[in-house]
Amino acid sequence: MSRLSSNTSKKPAFSASGASSKVKDKKHDPEDFQGLDKTLLLKMFNIMIQSRALEERLIKIYKTGEAFFWIGGPGEEAFGVPLGLLSKIGQGPEFDYFHLHYRATPTVLALGVDPIHAIRLIMNKKADVCTGGRNFSNHYCFPEKNITPISSPIEIQYGLSLGTARAQKRANTKASGKNKNSKYQNSISIVTGGDAGTAEGDFASCLVWATRPGDELPILITVQNNTWGISTSYSEQHGEDKISDRGLAFKMKCLNINGNDPVESYVKLKESMDYIRKEQKPVLLEASVSRLYGHSSASGANQQEGLACPIKDFKARLIKAGLITESESVEIKKSYEDEFYKMFKQVQKEEGPSADSIWENTFVNSENADWRSF
Amino acid sequence: MANMAQAIRMALHFGEENLDVTDIFGQDVGAPLGGVFTATQGLKNTWNTPLDERGIVSTAIGLGLAGERCVAEIQFCDYIFNTIDLLKYAGNLNWSCNGNYNLPITLMTPVGAGIRGSVYHSHSFDAWATKIPGWKIVMPSTPLDAYGLMLSAIEDPNPVMFLKPKALLRVKGEELIPGEPDTEKALKAAIDAPLGDRSKWSPNWPKVKDFRIEIGKAKILEEGDDLTIVSYGRPLPLCQKIAKEHEASIEVIDLRSLYPYDWNTLYKSIYKTKRVLFVNEETEVTNFAEHLSYRVVNSDLFYRIDSPPRVLAGKNVPGIGLHPNLEEASVPYENEILKEVNDVLQVVP
Repeated sequence: MSRLSSNTSKKPAFSASGASSKVKDKKHDPEDFQGLDKTLLLKMFNIMIQSRALEERLIKIYKTGEAFFWIGGPGEEAFGVPLGLLSKIGQGPEFDYFHLHYRATPTVLALGVDPIHAIRLIMNKKADVCTGGRNFSNHYCFPEKNITPISSPIEIQYGLSLGTARAQKRANTKASGKNKNSKYQNSISIVTGGDAGTAEGDFASCLVWATRPGDELPILITVQNNTWGISTSYSEQHGEDKISDRGLAFKMKCLNINGNDPVESYVKLKESMDYIRKEQKPVLLEASVSRLYGHSSASGANQQEGLACPIKDFKARLIKAGLITESESVEIKKSYEDEFYKMFKQVQKEEGPSADSIWENTFVNSENADWRSF
Repeated sequence: MANMAQAIRMALHFGEENLDVTDIFGQDVGAPLGGVFTATQGLKNTWNTPLDERGIVSTAIGLGLAGERCVAEIQFCDYIFNTIDLLKYAGNLNWSCNGNYNLPITLMTPVGAGIRGSVYHSHSFDAWATKIPGWKIVMPSTPLDAYGLMLSAIEDPNPVMFLKPKALLRVKGEELIPGEPDTEKALKAAIDAPLGDRSKWSPNWPKVKDFRIEIGKAKILEEGDDLTIVSYGRPLPLCQKIAKEHEASIEVIDLRSLYPYDWNTLYKSIYKTKRVLFVNEETEVTNFAEHLSYRVVNSDLFYRIDSPPRVLAGKNVPGIGLHPNLEEASVPYENEILKEVNDVLQVVP
């Protein structure tokens, strides 16, 4: 299987492209969806379900004792999927860089990553291409798509985006001086994180460094505010009404959106990313999202009641608009569930990393790092 | 002859012109100052950053993720401590992502005492640095070694920490850097910024040449048969002076690379002399030299040496006091090194 094959190769029984034959266009009122066409709407819906089904499989893998730990992003689909779909995908400074946090499965799938890598990652298999069995679930790394390593410290990615954005701005400036149509034009760095992590200094560093006068950086700085840091609520720790307001002091474009609405997310993300690409300046975007399965397996990984579910809400809108039926939605979900169960059974048979591999990649090309062998 | 600050400056210039160094940055690294020790004066790719060590290290890592080669500076190692988790991240990055990304970055910072720097301009960092796996750690003690190690650090695909012994930054070398002007006056005229207004000044770089010191290779400064002294940084010239003047035959090794380190050279020397003294100015508890000493007694050298390996290091106190009495009581100076040398030589097996 291709390491980074597109998710479209795993087409469920009811795909976005197949939906058009089953709906009546006259029921689709574009104004309900801010002008987004039905193909895009159904594609987003499809990947949102794919992401949820994958996360739920990962949780089952943990709960059946096949993994040590789960942490992930159920509830962030409405924000994460549009983010991935709007990005320039590829490797190197001419494409968008991703500095994601560990709730980024929706974005990663929207970028076309094969879901089997998430299963190998949580099960610590040797064939786990992200970490080689070394790190937690959802700690993705796919250099072919500029998805830089996701780390457990939940703030440092804000600082790292400063470096990739600087490299991009240099490449963008150089390219725009030579060829207006160059592929090197207008790439950006994208950083995601949670509300709790914004208390760390790295978030402030990102705001300061991204807005140095005359040397602004093309970064989409996002905060997915689920109002929790493990068990500590946002309201207990933060006096600011909106995290996005912190950007106002730096004269940067700031906005606060409903991250549970994929339509609003898509439209506002597109506006923001278009602005960053054109102006080569940062945007701070805060998205309200739901944390549907708690912090991680450390807090049980159980579904939380009373929270807005972006998939449930979006499905209701799509059904109301005649773009999909309940049974078709169920069919999509079941198709993904079956697919991920099969992947799990496949990965279950795979071997783990060998004990003697601990020295590998301490230095590049596994140069000797064991002092006993100097 | 160039001093170490000038040597580093010329190495960075060579790096800009020949090794694709895109960014040289840190607090006061760019114009007009060019670094508090002038090691980055006149370079074309320098820039000043906010007073934010975490931002400096983060940006270096980000540039490395984008495949660019940079040299970042923390103005004094005393201020590097709030970046420890970022240094840890940089060190484990290639390992934790199973080789998907590497960081070809160099981080330099002045270390050690010797300039009456008091509590927050006198720290050492070598023991801390060697506790962060995934980094290569180098520390030159001469201008030529600084030049050669900097070029090797820049080209290395791994993160390299380049520790600058601040007390030696103004010390002139005894060997010419390849391509360096023959006279100190000519060099100064070419690359040192004038005092006062520098807005119209630009350096006239000499045609310096490629010259590498391999990371992981020590250098024997003095050959001897009775005792091996292993040192680096500020205390090293003091050790060398003692070796030259002492009636005993003392071998002095400049470690130069702390990780990876040159065990082969150390082993051969200690095998020959049967006695070893490690000298550095980092605090003495969990000092890097303790690891080297451990390795001596856990190898077959244990059955050959005539004296227990000795470590002379900084006292385990929270800081270096400003008054000379305090500084000289806190880190090794000549008298204390000489006393230790004599003690080790007098041990009867």
